[in-house]
Amino acid sequence: MGDDGASDDSGSGSEVKLVVPGESLGPAADRILGHGVGRRGDSLIATRLGYLSEKGSEVTVLPVKTAYMPRPGDLVIGYIEGMRANIWFIDIAAPFNAILPMSLAPGKIDYGGTRDAMDVGTAILCRVQEVDESHSSVVTMKGMGLRKLVKGFVDQIPPHLNAVVIGSKGSMIQMLKEASDCRIIVGQNGRLWIEGEPEGVRLVRDALKMVRETGHAPGLVERIQSLF
Amino acid sequence: MGGYGDVQMIDENGKRVDGRGPGDLRPIEIKVGVVPVADGSASIRWGANYAIATVYGPMEAHPRKISRQERAVLDVRYNMAPFSTTDRMRPGFNRRSREIGKVTSDALESVVQLELYPRSKIRVEIEILCAEAGTRCVGLTAASVALADAGIPMTDMVVSVASGKINGVVVCDLNKEEDNFGEADLPMGVLPNTGELVFLQMDGDLSPEEFKEAWDYNVEAAQEVHKIMVAALADRYGGVA
Repeated sequence: MGDDGASDDSGSGSEVKLVVPGESLGPAADRILGHGVGRRGDSLIATRLGYLSEKGSEVTVLPVKTAYMPRPGDLVIGYIEGMRANIWFIDIAAPFNAILPMSLAPGKIDYGGTRDAMDVGTAILCRVQEVDESHSSVVTMKGMGLRKLVKGFVDQIPPHLNAVVIGSKGSMIQMLKEASDCRIIVGQNGRLWIEGEPEGVRLVRDALKMVRETGHAPGLVERIQSLF
Repeated sequence: MGGYGDVQMIDENGKRVDGRGPGDLRPIEIKVGVVPVADGSASIRWGANYAIATVYGPMEAHPRKISRQERAVLDVRYNMAPFSTTDRMRPGFNRRSREIGKVTSDALESVVQLELYPRSKIRVEIEILCAEAGTRCVGLTAASVALADAGIPMTDMVVSVASGKINGVVVCDLNKEEDNFGEADLPMGVLPNTGELVFLQMDGDLSPEEFKEAWDYNVEAAQEVHKIMVAALADRYGGVA
């Protein structure tokens, strides 16, 4: 992987090729279908807009954009969207809302007291516990550090650019934390929690804006460094 | 189709009122990512037509009754701005816009891999800002580019073009005069990589031979428009297309 993330990771080191949905990627032969690749008769086709990557016999399309699909164990930042007497519905920026049962909420909450504990609009840090075959997911707030986010600011980037914001071995996020003197948590759904002095928060938001706008192009590290 | 057969719209040399030959398209310009808050968007200028398509989602399907257990639903809305035509359009949806939304949705459903997002919704909004004949084709083509821009998995991109008949001659890509006073109009949605047909409507009358000729014009023009669509996406995202 290059030092500025997944989008320029062509694997082979050759020129990055953009492919569009439906474009033929040559004969299927013994090639392995990776993400964003489908089959039409005897040939392979791209099913997403993205950059072509061939590693050995595996053909993959690294998408330019993608929706967040929850997986068990993901740390995500969600918003309460609704509730019943013993359950909350959480917007985790996925195609489907997750549920948070009262049994997995922090502390002791009485039946019917869900709204008093966490009302609509509350931001929470939670972890995906379970995802079933119809994509219904359950999140939990039982675990270290999982909590209501009462202070700070939540910003959002496309989830496929998470790797760009974190950087190789966390280098980029470390650089952002040091330059802004903020606490930052990167949720795997592309939401980030930033807490610190207004100056620092503004710096991080400027960097995230740059990621949103130019994260797909190479040389992002240098561009973000120029902000500091 | 006005059917004013005596209005001369093509001369003996095959030149049309705007100077094009029978098989020529109007100038087309596509831009990707024009609405930053949308998940995917595209604007298209096709002759004097100007349309913007945006895509949001996949998202939770609301109202709940439209959701499907085994796949996503495509919620396509086609709308013409009140100022898009010479006679003011009454704002809001009407019979025509519902029909075009429905046929656009049907055409796109044949390529979008909806089964990957069960119970969810993909919202496609097509706004026609300036109308000069063939807006359903322009809207469908723009929606296709916007879906690709949003990263929605698709097996192909739909390209839509209309051909028709004026003064007894079959021509490609009708303009306003030709659409109003011509004898027939045949909008088609084509998958450029396989040549499959996903959308077909016809207004007016064409003989089987004329129908075949209009069909061939559309299939050929679709390849040309597809190249412009790919170039627009490459322009936005770099790389070698």
